[in-house]
Amino acid sequence: MRRLYPVGLAVAAAMFAAAPLLIDRAPTESTMGLVQKIFYFHVPAAMTMFLSTFVSGIASGVFLFRGKQAADRVALAAAELTVVFGAMVLVTGPVWARKAWGVWWQWDARLTSSLLLWMIFVAYLLVRRYGGPGSEKLSAAVSLFGMANVPFVYVSVNVWRTLHPKTSVVPTLSPGMRGTFWFCVAAFLLLYALMMAARLRLGKQQAEVEQLYLELDERGDLPSRAS
Amino acid sequence: MKRWVRACLVLLALGAALPAVTTAQPPSTTAAQDEFVPMSEVPESEKLPAAPLVIGAYAFIWLAALAYLWSIWRRVGAVDREIAQLRRDIARG
Repeated sequence: MRRLYPVGLAVAAAMFAAAPLLIDRAPTESTMGLVQKIFYFHVPAAMTMFLSTFVSGIASGVFLFRGKQAADRVALAAAELTVVFGAMVLVTGPVWARKAWGVWWQWDARLTSSLLLWMIFVAYLLVRRYGGPGSEKLSAAVSLFGMANVPFVYVSVNVWRTLHPKTSVVPTLSPGMRGTFWFCVAAFLLLYALMMAARLRLGKQQAEVEQLYLELDERGDLPSRAS
Repeated sequence: MKRWVRACLVLLALGAALPAVTTAQPPSTTAAQDEFVPMSEVPESEKLPAAPLVIGAYAFIWLAALAYLWSIWRRVGAVDREIAQLRRDIARG
């Protein structure tokens, strides 16, 4: 598995390097023009953020109801990645909006609910960092709440009147746009898998550190904790 | 140089600049002063270029991904060192 990691990283880097060429060749949208091409990384980043939210929420559920520590590590890793990919969405979206709508931001249903979802997972990380003992369970509940928000964020564009394009855009993509879009989705998912693997390895090592400290504590040789 | 000589030179310089200041005209401007007149179509030179926005957005994706991977690498390194130290402490004990 470890040997595959550099290979995976190289493949992901190659895909991200090739993506601009494919994006350049894809047809230009008639109303928005060149700026619409931000779609090819804004939407895959959003899809990855949603996926990560579900991973974190499901893992949090397993941790809360089954008590599995490994599930808590998965939930934490996925929450960090939700914040990272969410940041990508919340930066690329307004950059696109500035040209397409004439404003950086609109307090409409989709944008506001996406920002709130991102803030829920920032809150998860803050609770884990500063919450003290018992913060694992509290943050797991926050993650479950965040996951429950995702369907509302997704359908918000269809239910409320909003400037944001509707969900029907992706299924109705023209053939020229479809291939490039799904290539970018694959690149983002691969990047997500690699980041997740790296973060999980860190989590496992941190658990090993805790175990070693416990061992030393039982012996009465507990050194001062490295910060 | 004597203080009073320096003071006289400063006053002379200020005196020489005074006519330039008092007779200076305000800069000419094409900005509307009395009323705003709407235009029907924005000229190309005034439109926001899309290419820098697309490139900037893509560059941010790369930066965010690399920054996160770098932070993971740094944290893994720190934890690796801590594990090695703890194992040495256990072996010594």
